[in-house]
Amino acid sequence: MSDVSDRSPETAIDNAEVSQLVRPARRRGAALLQVFLENKLAMAGVVIIVLIVLFCFVGPILYHTNQVSTNLANSNNGPGAGHPLGTDNVGYDVLGRMMVGGQSSIEIGFAAAILAGVFGVLWGAVAGYFGGIVDSIMMRIVDAMLSIPTLFVLLLMAALVKVNQFNLTLAVALFAWLVPARLIRGETLTLRSREYVQAVKAMGGGASRSIFEHIVPNAIGTIVVNITFQVADAILLLAALGYLGFGIPPPAANWGSMLSQGVTYIYAGYWWLIYPVGILIVLTVMSLNFVGDALRDAFDVRLQRR
Amino acid sequence: MTRFVLRRVGQSVAVVILVSLATFVLLHLLPGGAARAELGTRATPSTIRQFNIANGYNRPFFSQYVFYLNQLIHGNLGYSYKTNEQVSTLLAADLPKSAYLSGLALFFTVLIAIPLGTYQAVRRNKPDDYVLTGFSFVGYSMPAFWLGLLLIYLFSIYLKWLPPFGPQAATVSGAISDPKGMVLPVLTLTIVGVASFSRYMRSSAIESLAQDYIRTARAKGVTKRGVLIGHMLRNAILPIVTLLGLSVPALMSGNLITESVFNYPGVGLLFWSSTTTRDYPTLLALTLVVAVFTVVGSLAADIAYSLIDRRVRYT
Repeated sequence: MSDVSDRSPETAIDNAEVSQLVRPARRRGAALLQVFLENKLAMAGVVIIVLIVLFCFVGPILYHTNQVSTNLANSNNGPGAGHPLGTDNVGYDVLGRMMVGGQSSIEIGFAAAILAGVFGVLWGAVAGYFGGIVDSIMMRIVDAMLSIPTLFVLLLMAALVKVNQFNLTLAVALFAWLVPARLIRGETLTLRSREYVQAVKAMGGGASRSIFEHIVPNAIGTIVVNITFQVADAILLLAALGYLGFGIPPPAANWGSMLSQGVTYIYAGYWWLIYPVGILIVLTVMSLNFVGDALRDAFDVRLQRR
Repeated sequence: MTRFVLRRVGQSVAVVILVSLATFVLLHLLPGGAARAELGTRATPSTIRQFNIANGYNRPFFSQYVFYLNQLIHGNLGYSYKTNEQVSTLLAADLPKSAYLSGLALFFTVLIAIPLGTYQAVRRNKPDDYVLTGFSFVGYSMPAFWLGLLLIYLFSIYLKWLPPFGPQAATVSGAISDPKGMVLPVLTLTIVGVASFSRYMRSSAIESLAQDYIRTARAKGVTKRGVLIGHMLRNAILPIVTLLGLSVPALMSGNLITESVFNYPGVGLLFWSSTTTRDYPTLLALTLVVAVFTVVGSLAADIAYSLIDRRVRYT
């Protein structure tokens, strides 16, 4: 799944850099914004993401539900008065639970993506900057981890440690940093031979100065695009883990565990446990992908010319 | 070319050794060690000592690792105490079935995604391209198990056309003789695969169509079809070759979900049932085997890449 976020070829980056040398930074920012604004899908994606975040984080303030104690007398009720989207198998209000579950899904998704992004960028930049044997060893570790299917190891870990929100975030991030590490290493390889990085070296600047002041700021486009895709992938991964029985334990919830609980009632026809939360996952993941695609196009000068 | 292949093979061996080290360390990180995991929480210290001696767990870490590697090289993947069988026996029974499922799915994925992506590239930014792009985005954004269950709902419960589970046969020939049962699992994996492959094919075909050699071919009077097949396809297909190699782990993970949705007895289902019974030797052996397949997959993709595109020179 995650290899979909691996879709920015190095050539794109070269051009982005050239444009940066030619054009003043502010005009570049304005051009970026313009490309982004012209993309209707991306704008729709941003609007949907904002609405979903409001729904999850502001919704519970306006729509009070009890998401802690169960109420078996009111379980699996269809939509009706008091419960616009019905109740689930232990009597939680589904609409309210979608808000609470969404908070956890979004928090885990963003936290894992940012954690993985930061670590991956550092790993890739260090490997690319130093090159040689350091690079070989660091990238072979990445290759080795990339060749283990994520779900297999996450299930293995879930069998070993307790599942909670913190551990889930770490587990998702554990495999998500590999792609940014590869992308940033590729960029660093081209960036480190640039005059301004060479100049820092000649003036006695250390590795950390080159990496933090020149390489990372120049690779920011790739990083932002990748983080967007990572959040989407993380939400899907959480759903898969929930389905395989390693979701977050109740009364906590996320969309993945809600959906995987709901689908056990597919034969009973309890559609309100299956469609609303499923559609919410698809909408969120799709919007994040729209935004990621648009951001990539915005950073890719080559596509602007067409 | 030979040097490149040798170097890539060397790298692959290094990666496999790293993965084997990782699974070995994981086996040692089990709470209470392998003995506790196998004998349970009520085992006495003396039975644990006996178990450790019998399995060589009392020897130094490094010599244990060498022993473990030696066993692996001789095809001994370990022993599953939960099922009382050699892991290699379990694997020999389930691996062909998984390979059959993924093979079929991958075949249909490529068969559909390459023409579809090419069509979208030719018709880019026209209404039909938008509709197809919309479908692929929805397919990509769907949790795979949800997709599988929706297909079960539609085809098995509502239309009653197909069984809601995969072939339950113990052997791969049994699975082959039950084509009806294979439809839904293969369909699930194919939809997910086409959703991402066609996106890649579309963008790579668009890029290829903008090249000078396409314009030259058109100027020479080559037919539209000739340009697409003779000039565009060979260049645009390169990313798909890489993607095929890289999709091995995704395919394995996809199998894990799909096999458990349709209760299809392959490696994914074996892995999943091993997590629920905490059958650690099986889990670690499977992780290693799957990793080896993945490494071989990306190695094959790299070699195929340089065979298709002779311009690619590796140094």
